[in-house]
Amino acid sequence: MEHRASVEVQCVSKRYTDDPDVAPALDEVSVNIAHNEFFTLLGPSGCGKTTLLRTIAGFEHVTSGEIRIGGQRVNDLPPFKRRVNTVFQSYALFPHMTVAENIAFGLEMQGLERKAIPARVKEMLALVQMEHLARRKPAELSGGQQQRVALARALAPRPDVLLLDEPLSALDLKLRKEMQVELKRVQQEAGITFIFVTHDQEEALTLSDRIAVMSSGKILQIGGPNDIYERPQHPFVAHFIGDINLLPGDLRRGHDNQSLFRPTGLNVDIPCHPHPRFGSAPVQLAFRPERSKLVDPSQPHHLRAVIEAVLYVGTATLYQCRLSNNAKVMLRESNEGLNGARTVGESVAVHLPPHACLLMEA
Amino acid sequence: MSVSTQSPAMSRLLLLSPVVLTLLALIAIPLGIMGYISLLPRNLYGGVDWQADWQLQSYVKLFFQEGFDGELELNWVYAQALLRSVAQAGGTTLLCFVFGFPVALWMTGLAPRQRSLMVLLITIPFWTNLLIRNYAWLIILREQGWIAQSINALLPQAGGITLLYNDFAVSVGLVYSFLPFMILPIYSTLEKLDWRLVEAAYDLGANRWKALRRVILPLSMPGVIAGALLVFVPSLGAFITPAILGGGKTLMIGNLIQQQFGTARNWPLGSSLSFLLLGILMLALVLYALYSRKTAKTIRRGAAA
Repeated sequence: MEHRASVEVQCVSKRYTDDPDVAPALDEVSVNIAHNEFFTLLGPSGCGKTTLLRTIAGFEHVTSGEIRIGGQRVNDLPPFKRRVNTVFQSYALFPHMTVAENIAFGLEMQGLERKAIPARVKEMLALVQMEHLARRKPAELSGGQQQRVALARALAPRPDVLLLDEPLSALDLKLRKEMQVELKRVQQEAGITFIFVTHDQEEALTLSDRIAVMSSGKILQIGGPNDIYERPQHPFVAHFIGDINLLPGDLRRGHDNQSLFRPTGLNVDIPCHPHPRFGSAPVQLAFRPERSKLVDPSQPHHLRAVIEAVLYVGTATLYQCRLSNNAKVMLRESNEGLNGARTVGESVAVHLPPHACLLMEA
Repeated sequence: MSVSTQSPAMSRLLLLSPVVLTLLALIAIPLGIMGYISLLPRNLYGGVDWQADWQLQSYVKLFFQEGFDGELELNWVYAQALLRSVAQAGGTTLLCFVFGFPVALWMTGLAPRQRSLMVLLITIPFWTNLLIRNYAWLIILREQGWIAQSINALLPQAGGITLLYNDFAVSVGLVYSFLPFMILPIYSTLEKLDWRLVEAAYDLGANRWKALRRVILPLSMPGVIAGALLVFVPSLGAFITPAILGGGKTLMIGNLIQQQFGTARNWPLGSSLSFLLLGILMLALVLYALYSRKTAKTIRRGAAA
């Protein structure tokens, strides 16, 4: 039972042309997704996340590599023979069928006994709280309601894995937040592996057990939301998830073996904990806007900066600052207490505690 | 005088006048004349007795005939011709659907350039006169033709199959003539079909056949119905094909009408037969209208709920 419903993607590549100059849509992607996991494929548009989803669903053939679902190799299985269902970005509800008929469709195709279908449809409608609209046609539903029907329809045949292709992207912000909560609840109630595709990093962080960040057909990093946010291993990941400042520079060793980072063009050493794999190669320092502190400019060993813009965002204030080497950084200060009242043109110093500093390859 | 000083109703009428005039000249007036003729008796020389009073004699004749004793007896000849024509036209429509739908479906899968080429190829037969196309089939299907020759060579025990001058030949001719009218409307609906719905059907476990039957076919119904009407209506009144390929052996309503206006010189009966045919076609159109209104109504009712 260990293997049931887990999805294994092994070294999968997908090329649409034989032209070697055209980058592949998927470039040797490998990932294992555990049973019952809420797994998110995150990346910008064109990064291959939807292609990966479609190869798992069976709509695309892989050029090389292997996909296993529940331990069974599915490379050559057509979509209708895979125990995998999809919630499409466009919902793709059948316009000529009612809500109930849409949900029953998968059950009928599965060959479920006729008498058992209405009960299961009812159960699914209850799961997504749509009992009162069972006899409507999709055209008579709002976007959020269509979304729920699409979810119920995909869940009805009790698939081993549910694939969700940017299902929330067509909804407005408030509805999207509601549906996020809903999705998480449904996933926990149904006990099904969810593979969720999104370009919205906040959505990914909120919903997922684990996230794979993709770019140009490759998976750059796989990890829990906390991992991805706190310990990005790649500048792209750092940039894509949340805001981050990057400063190029080099590493040196100070006395008592303390590692020091010196930003290019500045005369300041910042103490940090580098990853052992970095030698003295060019590196860059990454830090989140909210992990740094603005301090009195008279203190030594800090980055000097001049505030160029002040952006009030409610819970916090963002300061866009220019360092003395002309690099721009964004800093965030909570609006708790009374530390506001910094103004444009003011000189400050930026304090970076060692735990706030991440080093990555330049 | 500017347009704005006129009443809205007046300017609307003026704007519509080209349409109204066209409809009057091409439909209302000819139909009126035909209706008028159908109510007049035939004169002794095979013309129309324009001076006579209106009477329903030619409509009575559709179903009754005068016996030797002057009593009216039921006469099924015309009704049978009509029924035969309806069956023939229905069969043609069905066959056109069976052959046309896969073609239309296949065309949607082609590259855009090839698709327009296919549309062109499908309409090319129309550039040739219908009569010539029917004579072409005459040559293909005749006893010395290669099809009949090869069938009879392969199956000598069948004892010489004839392909021409029967219902089969008429069907071939009609299906061949009207197939494009079925393909093109279906193609235009299928072209607009959202193929993601078909993907969704596959995803939910439907194989190709089930996806076709449960998703593609229902969603292409508007095209299928339009195509069915476009095939059914002209095949019901077809007279060239039954005359040439059927050898004039079986009487179709189209041939009957042609005869009344031609050799039989009985214009009133020809007119009343035409109105009978028109009535049947109107019935088909009314059924279609009821069907589309029903679907529209369910949508409206749902929206109001």
